[in-house]
Amino acid sequence: MTGMRRFLASGWLSAYAFVYVVFLYLPVIFLPIFSLNSAATPKFPLSGFTLKWYQDLPRTPALLDAAWNSLVVGVSVSILSTVLGILAARSITRYRYPGRRAINGLIMAPLVLPEIIVAISMLLVILQLGLSLSLLTIVLGHVLICVPYSMTVLTAGFEGFDRSLEEASADLGESALGTFRRVTLPMVAPAIVSSLLVCFTISLDEFIIAFFLTGTEATLPIYIWGQLRFASKLPGVLALGTLLLAASFLLMTIAEILRRRAARRTQNEGGLHA
Amino acid sequence: MTAAAEGPPTLGIIRARRNALLLSEPVQGLALISPTFLYALVLLVLPILVVVAHSFWTQNYLTIDRTFTLENYRAALTEPIYRDLLWRSLYISMMVSFFTVVLAYPIAYFISFHGGRHKSLWLFLITIPFWTSYLLRVMSWKVILGYNGVLNSSLLGLGIIDEPSTALLYNSSAVIITLTHAWAAFAILPIFVSLEKIDRTLIEAAKDLGDGPIRSFLRVTLPLSAPGVISAALIVMIPTVGDYVTPKLVGGKDGVMIANAIQAQFGKASNWPLGAALSVTTMLIVTLMAGATVVIIRTAQRLVR
Amino acid sequence: MPEQGQAESPLGAERSHQTERPHQTERPMIEIRDVTRSYGSFKALDDASLTIKEGEFFSLLGPSGCGKTTLLRMIAGFDNPTSGLISVDGQSMEGIPANRRPTNMVFQSYAIFPHLNVEQNVAYGLKRLKLERSEEKRRVEEALGQVSLTGLGKRLATELSGGQRQRVALARALVMRPKVLLLDEPLSALDKKLREQMQVELRRLQQAVGITFVLVTHDQYEALAMSDRIAVMFGGRIAQVASPKEIYQRPVNRQVADFLGGMNFVKAEIVEESGASLVVDTLGFGRVKTDRPKAFVRNGGAATLGIRPERLRVLWDNATAKFEVAGKVVERHYFGEITHLVVEIPGLEKPLSVTETNDFGADDIPVGTSIRLAYDPEALVAMAD
Repeated sequence: MTGMRRFLASGWLSAYAFVYVVFLYLPVIFLPIFSLNSAATPKFPLSGFTLKWYQDLPRTPALLDAAWNSLVVGVSVSILSTVLGILAARSITRYRYPGRRAINGLIMAPLVLPEIIVAISMLLVILQLGLSLSLLTIVLGHVLICVPYSMTVLTAGFEGFDRSLEEASADLGESALGTFRRVTLPMVAPAIVSSLLVCFTISLDEFIIAFFLTGTEATLPIYIWGQLRFASKLPGVLALGTLLLAASFLLMTIAEILRRRAARRTQNEGGLHA
Repeated sequence: MTAAAEGPPTLGIIRARRNALLLSEPVQGLALISPTFLYALVLLVLPILVVVAHSFWTQNYLTIDRTFTLENYRAALTEPIYRDLLWRSLYISMMVSFFTVVLAYPIAYFISFHGGRHKSLWLFLITIPFWTSYLLRVMSWKVILGYNGVLNSSLLGLGIIDEPSTALLYNSSAVIITLTHAWAAFAILPIFVSLEKIDRTLIEAAKDLGDGPIRSFLRVTLPLSAPGVISAALIVMIPTVGDYVTPKLVGGKDGVMIANAIQAQFGKASNWPLGAALSVTTMLIVTLMAGATVVIIRTAQRLVR
Repeated sequence: MPEQGQAESPLGAERSHQTERPHQTERPMIEIRDVTRSYGSFKALDDASLTIKEGEFFSLLGPSGCGKTTLLRMIAGFDNPTSGLISVDGQSMEGIPANRRPTNMVFQSYAIFPHLNVEQNVAYGLKRLKLERSEEKRRVEEALGQVSLTGLGKRLATELSGGQRQRVALARALVMRPKVLLLDEPLSALDKKLREQMQVELRRLQQAVGITFVLVTHDQYEALAMSDRIAVMFGGRIAQVASPKEIYQRPVNRQVADFLGGMNFVKAEIVEESGASLVVDTLGFGRVKTDRPKAFVRNGGAATLGIRPERLRVLWDNATAKFEVAGKVVERHYFGEITHLVVEIPGLEKPLSVTETNDFGADDIPVGTSIRLAYDPEALVAMAD
């Protein structure tokens, strides 16, 4: 009864929500649709089903190089950002000290800075120092913008963490290192994996910083950017985009499941009247 | 005897002091955060300072003349091309943040108040499109809005128009639509969080005191969710001012924004100091605009009451 | 010794002395010497000194913020005194971290590791001792048996009820065979019925294992029901340390008296003061001779007398008593097995509270009735204001 009434009361909102979700997904849905279409230009009506755009992908050496570069960059970025994120999130959630908010603000700043500013300022310093641009410089830039996301995921994971669990471990004779290994780490492991996945996904998709800080080696977004100039290459790009979309979707779903598992763990700890 | 008696306490005190230093909360906390802090300092603060420094210098071909000058700022603020670009960037980012917030609020409200057990599923559903490549999302809009694009070919097919419209793509409206879509999730999340924090009994209290659904929404829910609206507006506005990809792909000549000009100064035009001055100007204007937004929303919040 | 009932429990057998308090000795187990803990200018604990004896069930009782938890956490090693000394079993605890102290704690939130099952939780501390597998298993089983959780070893921590979590927390600490078991408000999260049941069980368990228990609580009934001795604390200071009966019947001041339960306060004039006794004049009770409390500090000629509501009895019909006061019932409150009467006594500025059992019909006394109340002068205690 009440459920029905509530549903009716929210009827307009539900309809709006539906339209909105369609608006969100519409552009994204076109990628897979036209990647399977035989026509070289994406338009309706569809001309026929084909897999040839996908079959062409592995035969493009530049694409394979770019994919490998993206993988190398993504893995390095996710590990580095997560390590820095763990340290910072642990410090923020566990300790109280002067300047804590200011430091946190600085670390989170890349989240609200136009990426182009981050990119050109790093570029300027790297050129001034006479360093050469390479995948390493992309990694440095990506870590800077990934740490805030890593922090957000990890802080949520650490925050619900009952401090008395660590005290209980110390009370039962475990050293600080042992406590970290036997209690803290297993408890926050899902958040850590989630952070790794989020950072990898961001790095995989990031364009501006990679575009400015790359030397001769391209990552996937840079490769795609280069292909966009040629209309004839569009279906191939759509196919590649579909694969990337599927990969991102998969990674984010895993990250989300892990994040929820971590949240459930810490929440259950709080509930005494189970 | 006395020496022996005095020895250990001294050692004890030294040990106690060292322990106090090792164990003191601020020291441990700062030590733990220092790698991340230093990283941000070296790779963010230092580079931005270098940009600021460059904005006061001049470039002669490949060498930088380090004499202090305001010439770059004069160019950035008075030369019509840059002035127009700055204005347009501001206008576009304002419009984008206005539309994203207005469109996102009902969704955030719907999830928070009518999401039931599926709240997190809804949020996940809404964030999914944003984990796909930004580049590809912008490109799909090009596919949709293009001359031979989805929209035109559908409208032609349905007989609504006789020839493809060129008004859809390569202008600032295309940029606004694309960016509004691209930043939607970033607006929904902060608004949702602030709506979730509202104690539901406050709304019941407003109704108990005679307010109808609309009045209780305007007098209780909306003002209490203002912090979320503010952060949503800022989170969208700040990065969109400096967006590069969208104007480049769907903006055409009329949709060019300041980031494209900045890029040009660091690329083809190769005038770093001017690029730096444009960057600093953008940052300052963004900060001012962010401050103004906060003031406007806070004032509106007070007036509603 | 082993032939006694407690021989089943090896913990009990180790230190069994068959007296009413089987393990309690006069040997000090915990010594707190002039301990102060300050946070800036705020003193959470102010110059506290205390001795807790071996095998004792000792409670730290007081309202929230009185410093009882701070003191407990300093014994456990989670906090350090700003000044003063804490020793356990004759050994100073200064500079010894929590993981090397011979104490174990039952946390208020229980702090059950959610990623481990019951058995793994209980065995957590044993892993460090590198015992034989069979020995470790035996000790875990024994500890689970002590808290009546046998057979639940494979349960996940998240599948347990509040009461069961509490038992796991107990077993996990007991299995370490600590010299002192610290309990931080262990029953506060349980509902009333379970709480009362656990009070009895905890007391029984303590008698069986003979370990010194230090309990922190804000619930006076809990402290009275379980403890050998209680320290009552207010504002970072220890107000009184004594047995439950002494604390309840002879509180040193009004604050302690109030915290432990209802108390009627009567203004008194000191007539005569000698070493052990005090003679005072009151308006309602006339001239009374009472014990002079140890902590009594004379403040001019005035003092306060206190009498618990249940120490006043209604005199029925023509019954008389050697000591009685007369008054009029102004309020009556019914509580099931007892009735609470408020009786106005001529000359007393505040009416007296009287608690009477209902077996004689106190619940039928109409408001407005004139009645007489009998009392034992022993029950009138003098105290500092």
